[in-house]
Amino acid sequence: MAIEVRIPTILRSYTGGAKVVEGSGDTLNDLLTDLDSRHGGLRDRLVTEAGALHRFVNVYVNDEDVRFLGALDAKLNDGDSVTILPAVAGGAFGFAAAAAMAQHVAVAGPARVAAS
Amino acid sequence: MLSIDRSIVDAIVAHARRDHPDEACGVVAGPVGSDTPTRHIPMENAARSMTFYEFDSMEHLRVWREMDDRDEEPIVIYHSHTATEAYPSRTDISFAGEPGAHYLLVSTREPDTEEIRSFRIVDGVVTEEPVRILDAGVDPHAVQSYMFGQSPATVDYECSGR
Repeated sequence: MAIEVRIPTILRSYTGGAKVVEGSGDTLNDLLTDLDSRHGGLRDRLVTEAGALHRFVNVYVNDEDVRFLGALDAKLNDGDSVTILPAVAGGAFGFAAAAAMAQHVAVAGPARVAAS
Repeated sequence: MLSIDRSIVDAIVAHARRDHPDEACGVVAGPVGSDTPTRHIPMENAARSMTFYEFDSMEHLRVWREMDDRDEEPIVIYHSHTATEAYPSRTDISFAGEPGAHYLLVSTREPDTEEIRSFRIVDGVVTEEPVRILDAGVDPHAVQSYMFGQSPATVDYECSGR
């Protein structure tokens, strides 16, 4: 058995258009490394250079947000289903948002996650 | 061009007015490949902010699964700007992650004026598109079309004359 991974539209260019792919790994980190070996570039869209999950990508294991399961260290089992969704976010560009954005960009680089 | 029923537009505007001065957000789902928005799903703004919106991650998963089960996709993703014009901010452009969707913006800055504009946001490039509002029960050849220029200049937009 393997782990089923649901790929959002914006990342299907890495999977040859496939909506669902399979992979394996004991943790989310291992799974993303495994997927990247067949779908080169996918991992970089989800993980920052500092080695953390991008802020504006949501990853779920079964019905749980991985942020509550240890993020990249989240444990996986055969038969689990992993879903990746680009977070839906935005808003008027006020001063508070500008400050928050500057911080997000520094930490996560959402422009590259969401827009390319 | 976004074609959308008047009843859905009314529901979106009502949602935006209800949540004002916080930003409101949501989705209109429709059959995959149809480009036709049919099912309005108001979403929670997890940020509860006047300048930022973000779908609640668990509600997002639930709604996207439900669309998948019903062979639907997000045709329209909407949110409101509550003090500025209905034009995508840099934040909106950075985070736009659904290249197939129409990004609909509603401004609630004027209590009596309905300001709605629609955009495609692909690879960080914003393209405004006309919005065609379909009035049920009206001669289909008499639909109203609103054409907008491509510049981000303010557009006053009166929809009261039905």
